[in-house]
Amino acid sequence: MNTAIVNKIIRFSSVDGPGNRTVVFLQGCNFNCRYCHNPETIGACKNCGTCVSYCKTGALTMVEGKVLYNPERCVNCDSCFHHCPHGSSPKTRSMTPEEVFAEVKKNIPFIRGITVSGGECTLWRDFLVELLRLARQTNLSTMLDSNGTYDFIEDPELLDVVDGVMLDVKAFDGVEHTKITGKQNDLVLKNLRELAKRDKLFEVRTVAVPELFDVAQTVKQTSKILQELGKAGQVRYKLIRFRPIGVREQYQNYQAPDDTFMEQLQTVARGHGITDIVII
Amino acid sequence: MRDISMERVNATREDMLNTIKDRTLTHEQKVATLAKQADSLLEVLDLPEGLDERLNLDPADKIICDLNEGHAPMRPRYIIPDYEKFMKNGSKFLQLDPPTDIWEAVNSLLIFYKNVPSVTNYPVYIGNLDQLFEPFIKDEEEAKKAIRLFLTHVDRTILDSFCHANIGPKATKAGKIILEVEAELQNAVPNLTIKYDQDLTSDEFALLAIDTALKTAKPSFANHKMFKEELTDNYVIASCYNGLKLGGGSYTLVRVLLGNLAKKATSIEHFKKEVLPETLEIMAAYMDERIRFMVEESGFFESNFLAKEGFISKENFTAMFGMVGMAECVNTLLEKEGIEGRYGHSEVADDLGVSIMDIMDEFNRNHVSPYCYGADGHFLLHAQVGIDLDVNSSPGCRIPIGEEPEELIDHLAHCAKFHKYFPSGIGDIFPIDTTVHKNMEYLLDIIKGSFENKVRYISVYEKDSDVIRVTGYLVKKSEMEKLKNGENVLQDTTALGLGSARNSHILERKVR
Repeated sequence: MNTAIVNKIIRFSSVDGPGNRTVVFLQGCNFNCRYCHNPETIGACKNCGTCVSYCKTGALTMVEGKVLYNPERCVNCDSCFHHCPHGSSPKTRSMTPEEVFAEVKKNIPFIRGITVSGGECTLWRDFLVELLRLARQTNLSTMLDSNGTYDFIEDPELLDVVDGVMLDVKAFDGVEHTKITGKQNDLVLKNLRELAKRDKLFEVRTVAVPELFDVAQTVKQTSKILQELGKAGQVRYKLIRFRPIGVREQYQNYQAPDDTFMEQLQTVARGHGITDIVII
Repeated sequence: MRDISMERVNATREDMLNTIKDRTLTHEQKVATLAKQADSLLEVLDLPEGLDERLNLDPADKIICDLNEGHAPMRPRYIIPDYEKFMKNGSKFLQLDPPTDIWEAVNSLLIFYKNVPSVTNYPVYIGNLDQLFEPFIKDEEEAKKAIRLFLTHVDRTILDSFCHANIGPKATKAGKIILEVEAELQNAVPNLTIKYDQDLTSDEFALLAIDTALKTAKPSFANHKMFKEELTDNYVIASCYNGLKLGGGSYTLVRVLLGNLAKKATSIEHFKKEVLPETLEIMAAYMDERIRFMVEESGFFESNFLAKEGFISKENFTAMFGMVGMAECVNTLLEKEGIEGRYGHSEVADDLGVSIMDIMDEFNRNHVSPYCYGADGHFLLHAQVGIDLDVNSSPGCRIPIGEEPEELIDHLAHCAKFHKYFPSGIGDIFPIDTTVHKNMEYLLDIIKGSFENKVRYISVYEKDSDVIRVTGYLVKKSEMEKLKNGENVLQDTTALGLGSARNSHILERKVR
């Protein structure tokens, strides 16, 4: 059956693409970014039961070898996924595109579209195609949040139902990228170019962690590519300040960059013709 | 006129002397208060039986409230002059010819405003300003200067933020200038509403309005399609958020305090069948009598230049049948029946609220008030925003502050259930955290969706803004601070805001 593991659905979001959107977070990621602020979306639940012992309200129980979640009793203290040895969450559930879309539909007419995020949403390719198709049929616009490790250009069927991708460029330099994420970035940069050329790139995002990599260089090179393609005036660049909230303990000690640093990044992007810049 | 006791006369004289000696009231505030105190000595209305024991009670028990309109109504509570007509014809009484440029337009309107009475003695409606100014916008820089001076003058001389201006629904040069200047001035007066219709209002204009609202708590958004359908194209938004007809207004506004009324009932059935209908009858009779005196005896419509020159006409008047405290009413009734559920959080509670509204709506449709020509002989329902003295009573049909639903969409769905009943006004307010939401289109989508779902009126403000919306009117937090420290403040609504901050927790609304 065509399903995906859904981490959560946010009914109204102002930060995941144009206008007001419902955001679906799918479970599982092929990156392991040090500064990941929702590490509970990275792994799959192994039903090990560790979380059950940390649940103070009895929202989690172990039934026939499986962790059972009762949202009625949950107080969202988050200790379940903070203690998960597998970077997962017991609150995830397996859903079909139709089931997810039934949830999305409840938010019409307040939303203009849907954004699928993660984890890395493209790991659920078949589910994605079907969900976005359903959204399109209801005149909702479709956005994807992606780390760029999926070869979009080779999948016209998926690309056809996507209005725009919000692409993470974690670092431009390959060595730095590997240091942050554990993976190479060749495909990410290919997607940056190819999606922009096809007007399927809505936004690029870089999380600024000055101690971890040369942020200005990444912003510069990324902006330059957009400029060379003549797309600098239409793609948004979102510059995200590192914040320790939600980040795993061992990586929490990075400094959050100050306003001056973020403004310098903005100046760099502007210098390459980027006009729509958002700092958060 | 009926006699009153010497005891009451002396008590009032004592109050008047206290007013004169008060150190925090400005001169104008003293004069207005003294007039009200003098008026309170008059007994000219033929009051319906059962009114006294509902009206003359402490705030915690009061059931019917006439909102300080006085004992001998000498003018309609809310007057909505046809300013377009004034701009076209000028005024004989004011000895003004029609204006020919932006400076004359500004000057004429400012003169006119000083001659528009109301319950507050200040005009509660000052025009669809963009349409009034648009023909005079030649040089945009000059127009901007004129409008900036105009709006500053309004803020410093109309000393009460129930004064309301409108813009829209279509984008105009003047409308854009008004929004830009308001964002810059950050004044509490005038209150401002944009008539919004996604088929008529451009996104660009609406986004500018949202941007301004997040800087200075105005404009609010009115559902143009809804108002137009009920009141025709000739409607305006006045005072807090009151939908009324241009060239007319509302004779009076009396309200029922449903929360206090529910305490008198033994069961839901008792409330619906006896307690509520009895009170509605008495309230309507009281309103009819107030209107009768005003129209037949006060001589207002025969003597005032607004009526004589056709800027207003009885043809466009109605009266507002007000209510507050739906939340407390529903919760009290459920408690009495031992039914679980709270207003805004359970279907059974909200359904009870809706069924109470149906009773009020039906009563109103069946009650004929002869001089309410502007609404086919009927009153219009109004969700009143409360006053600073109210105890344990939420505005209109609002969910109490502190109990707002976690999800904004659930809050808006609740609004949609109730807004349809109130052509003469209801609205909900949402403080916004703009460090989270840097996305104006997000708010525009929510407004569009809300209006599609028949939400009538929405206000937003940035949670840290100095100008904030108290209940239906605006105050500056910095002015409330001054008043708290015993200093004089220019606008009388600052005191009301301070009272509401103390009694109604208006600074603690759920931030979205």
